[in-house]
Amino acid sequence: MAATVGAPPPLPPVHPPEPLRPAPRGDSLRSWKWSHRLAFATCWACGLALCAVTAAIVVYMGVRGLQYLNFELLFSRPQPGLAQHTTGGILDPVIGTIVLTLIGIALAVPLAVAAAIWVVEYGRPAPLARAIESGIEVVAGTPDIVIAIFGLAIFQLPLFAPLSFTASGGGVFGRSFLAAGSMMSLIALPLVFGATREALMSIPAATREASWALGKTKICTIREILLPQIRRPIGTGAVLGMGRIVGDTAVVVVLLGATLQIERQGDVPILGDLRGTGSTLTSYVFNASPAGEGNAPQKAYAAAFVLLLIVLFLNFAVDVAGRRKEAGRA
Amino acid sequence: MISRLRQPWTDRQATWRLGAVACLVLLLITLMVVFVTIRAWPTLRANGWVSWLGSGGSVDDQLGEMIKTGQDPPEAAYHLRAWPLIYGTLVTTGVAVVVGLVFSVFSAIFIVEFAPARVRAVVVPAVRLLAAVPSVIYGLIGILVLAPFVGNHLISPERKASVQNVVQLDGTGVLVAVVVLTVMIVPIMIAIIVDALRAIPSAWTEGAAALGANRWEAIWTVSVRAARPAIVAAAVLACARALGEAVALSMVSGSRGFSPNPVDGITYIFEPLRPLAASMVENIDAMNAPAVKSSIYAFALLLLLSSLALSIGGYIAKLPMRRQGLRV
Amino acid sequence: MSAHDHVADPFLDDAVPPLPPPRRRIRLDREPAPVAEPNGAPQRRSRERRTGPPAPERMRVDRLSVLYGSHRAVKDVSLPIHAGEALALIGPSGCGKTTLLRTLNRLTETTAGATREGRVLLDGTDVEQFEVTALRRRIAMVFQQPNPFPMSIFDNVAYAIRVQNRKTPRRKDLEPQVVDALRRAGLYDEVADDLGRPALRLSGGQQQRLCIARAIATRPEVLLMDEPCSALDPRSTAVIEELIGELRRDLAVVIVTHNLAQAHRIGDKVAFMYLGDLVEYGEAVQVFEDPRAERTRDYVAGAFG
Repeated sequence: MAATVGAPPPLPPVHPPEPLRPAPRGDSLRSWKWSHRLAFATCWACGLALCAVTAAIVVYMGVRGLQYLNFELLFSRPQPGLAQHTTGGILDPVIGTIVLTLIGIALAVPLAVAAAIWVVEYGRPAPLARAIESGIEVVAGTPDIVIAIFGLAIFQLPLFAPLSFTASGGGVFGRSFLAAGSMMSLIALPLVFGATREALMSIPAATREASWALGKTKICTIREILLPQIRRPIGTGAVLGMGRIVGDTAVVVVLLGATLQIERQGDVPILGDLRGTGSTLTSYVFNASPAGEGNAPQKAYAAAFVLLLIVLFLNFAVDVAGRRKEAGRA
Repeated sequence: MISRLRQPWTDRQATWRLGAVACLVLLLITLMVVFVTIRAWPTLRANGWVSWLGSGGSVDDQLGEMIKTGQDPPEAAYHLRAWPLIYGTLVTTGVAVVVGLVFSVFSAIFIVEFAPARVRAVVVPAVRLLAAVPSVIYGLIGILVLAPFVGNHLISPERKASVQNVVQLDGTGVLVAVVVLTVMIVPIMIAIIVDALRAIPSAWTEGAAALGANRWEAIWTVSVRAARPAIVAAAVLACARALGEAVALSMVSGSRGFSPNPVDGITYIFEPLRPLAASMVENIDAMNAPAVKSSIYAFALLLLLSSLALSIGGYIAKLPMRRQGLRV
Repeated sequence: MSAHDHVADPFLDDAVPPLPPPRRRIRLDREPAPVAEPNGAPQRRSRERRTGPPAPERMRVDRLSVLYGSHRAVKDVSLPIHAGEALALIGPSGCGKTTLLRTLNRLTETTAGATREGRVLLDGTDVEQFEVTALRRRIAMVFQQPNPFPMSIFDNVAYAIRVQNRKTPRRKDLEPQVVDALRRAGLYDEVADDLGRPALRLSGGQQQRLCIARAIATRPEVLLMDEPCSALDPRSTAVIEELIGELRRDLAVVIVTHNLAQAHRIGDKVAFMYLGDLVEYGEAVQVFEDPRAERTRDYVAGAFG
């Protein structure tokens, strides 16, 4: 330690010598005005209330769900009948949920990715690109019941008769897995679009310019260089979209026909099922609760528990993917 | 055709093809507005364009009449006065947004400033979880847990008797609906406000601390004040979400097209109501009748226009912050 | 063009033409100190040297060490800070001068993992004995980047006053104090027409003077400045240096700067730090013209840093 030139002599040491101590953090509450202390307490109360409410919901659904859920229920088909609480299971709603999610995502991802690529990479004329972005924001903000009603309007047109079934009077029923799945794609579209757009905008311009300088066309650059880089964010967006589809009830209630079992339309095996009606976990819970037919709260709890598990799993997958990306970057 | 798609595209082809897909999305959205308006036309025309928003008679009875008129209803059958439904929407949305906003601001301040790291690691996933829970589960808990609790323990038999000529008080009603709706919209607002508070440059909060402000003052007088546009935007977006909530509210709000009467005093919060979106869900089965169908589309048009206006409002609300260069 | 653009080299120039007075007059509420008559002697300082009894010691740094984790940013530094004087902390980047400055008003506490040994005394009392908000009312700070709040000019200057009063004072009561602070910071003439204007619309130099006004509004005893002019153009720098010359009459000013010429112009005492050690401390004239440590000699001659 170099001797300091010119400084006054140090003060006599304090006895006992003070130990190495961490700097005291922040300021103590004793000096605050009472209104500030009240605000501090309110903040803590709100934070803890949040945790309490979440815990209550999760714990309650878990307890009730485990109480009423068993393998037999999960894998047997629902039986129509008056004594709903004793017969049947929830297999068809589970299948319905899976099928609907797949249709919705299969339609949403290509649409959203193509639109996002066009908006970010091409985007001429610029007002059109802004209009498309605004339009997707509008869809994101639209209530799902309105999207469902719109779907009904569309699929009851004679043009779309093959997608559902036509009643003998000539009126198109307009409700089927295909109809519901198409509208579900609108529900998931903004999430996938947003994720793709963010991912594309975060790739620095230098990457693209390097590829163009080597003589590749824009579309080739997109296909070979950009798309592989944004696969993971697209996946994340798709999983978020699936979470939203799985949890959506209004579209299902309006567009899926609310039959307990999957009713096939026509004789073709898979296509007939898709043209037919059925139910998903969300509509099943709705119908089994006192708000619907209502005499099977036990089954409602069981189905709700399965639904919650699926949604939590999807969100957990997004979290894990996000954390792995952070770790990979770090 | 598939094989032709798989060959390398030229940029011009790509522009057209991708652009077509993008425009398809825009087309769908335009179609949505157009179709809903077309289908709503008869009701709008029969009711003088806007007077169906007013009050007059029981809306449930009017809808019931429409069902009876069958496939070819006369003009008079379209008569509708939907004010009770609109009033229900306004009450639930308004109270939920106000209460939720206060709660969200304090929670956001807690998350950003006061929460120790370990508590934050619990609260932030909790908020995300609340945002992810499907609305039908909120409705289920509301109708199987909250409503019986309110009906059996909070509403005295005398109170039920006092209004039993008009409505049945069974627990579903304003109180449970507002509680459920608040819990549903709080996570949205917290996420927006937390992002905004985190975007505030630390130079400001450090400057406030250096001037002798304690932690609460620094964040309240500087960060929250600077984040006011984002708080407004959060409220607006939560409003849009609350307006459109159909399923959960149809389960817990009591499902009567009834306007709760503030003159009733405390009983007001126990009276049933039915917001607009919930009414749509409940009358889906009756949509074979053209009069009902047209009414439902009129409701949809109103919801669509409101959420459109609110989305624009939310965007405009955030502009002051964006102009300062903050990424919100 | 600022009058201070031409910096005379004290070791080489024998006859330097007298520097013209600054073009911009700052109206102050007392007469400025008389400028020494040009008589051929090199005119390097436009203020009189401090004479009279030695200034009272306002703060004292006593064997202070500050560690970030295991890295020692400040090593066993002791120095006094006198009222009525400007202490310039100089040294190359990373030598710990900013850390030392921030420790004086306990801002290092906000950094995770910061620990310290030794003491800092304010008027004989250990700084840690004070409530930290009370401490920061007596020791104010101005930062490198001007950071006015996104409020009006009036609200900015009144911020500290409002925060430090138990009962929120009314706007009418605040106005004289705000105007006085703006006057002492030399900003009042430029903004008097509309104090409700948003502070962020001012220029960089004006914003920094606003930050100074905000800091001195509650009449602190010590003013800490962390390279206040490094983000400003030379003209604003000159104005603020004049200001510091005035402010040091009432307060103790501690200014961190990496601009040696500035330290020479405005510092009464200079402390030179290198890699966390305090290498030399003394009167500014002595440190710059006749440094005793070899490192100091190298530094002020521009050899490194």
